[in-house]
Amino acid sequence: MEITVRSLWTLIHGMGFGALYLLACSGAIVELYRLTKPSASAPTSTRFLNVYLITMVVLAWAAVLTGAYIIYPWYRATPPPGTVDLALFPQRLLMSSPSTIGWHSLGMEWKDHVAWFAPISITMVAFVFIKYGRDLKNHRQLRSAVLTFAIASFVSAGIAGFFGAMINKNAPVYGGYTIQLSHGEAK
Amino acid sequence: MNPPTNTASPALTNGSGAAALLSAGIGSFALAALAIAGDKSALIKSHLIFYRPTGPLSGVTTTAILLWLVTWAILEVRWQKKSVALGRISAIALILLILSIALAFPPIADLF
Repeated sequence: MEITVRSLWTLIHGMGFGALYLLACSGAIVELYRLTKPSASAPTSTRFLNVYLITMVVLAWAAVLTGAYIIYPWYRATPPPGTVDLALFPQRLLMSSPSTIGWHSLGMEWKDHVAWFAPISITMVAFVFIKYGRDLKNHRQLRSAVLTFAIASFVSAGIAGFFGAMINKNAPVYGGYTIQLSHGEAK
Repeated sequence: MNPPTNTASPALTNGSGAAALLSAGIGSFALAALAIAGDKSALIKSHLIFYRPTGPLSGVTTTAILLWLVTWAILEVRWQKKSVALGRISAIALILLILSIALAFPPIADLF
């Protein structure tokens, strides 16, 4: 069992940062709603949600930065003239067939940009919640806008995650040093 | 009969929240607009290549993030101790966010 360095980075980006962020989103939206609703009574601490939101901010930025500056250059690499095997050039591999070109022209082109709305939105959400805390329930319009941005962040990350997974399924990012995870045995 | 609520007078002014909200909308919209501009103009595209392996995406995102943070800092300084017209500001921020998500969708971006 082995994995290449490029595949490992893709796993860290998608499964580590991206998927964890998506999992955290639903919890954050529910807690933001619950802690700031006008009928919320018991004065519970907001420290846990503060830390939770800061962690989400870190995850969201880590996901887009590793995606754009580590994995995307491997994805969009240009093959030398005359290259027949495009396995190491995922963008060109997708574009080489009418049945897969849409994963690049629609999927990656959308994912490239929509993904960045997630960290921008969640950074704003975290800042506002940490600053206002439970007082947010007294700012109804601000609370509604913050919840909408949190949902938009979830949707943006969901679009990016879906296309990331499908693109990697159709044209995986391969290459680099191979890491041996275990030696298989015949049964 | 409406259920009792615990809303009270806000302890903080809404200016700081409004600044964060509007600047996030502006930053998102700037990202979408720059992506379209880079896609339509070869000159703009070449100027947006800040890091060659990543291509124009590096310039689009870096410029939009800088614009977002600078706008946020300016609005924060101006509004942090004020109460502002939040209804109008949040409506603008949400419209900018919706436009950004729509403009990032390639079939819509290709209309320009």
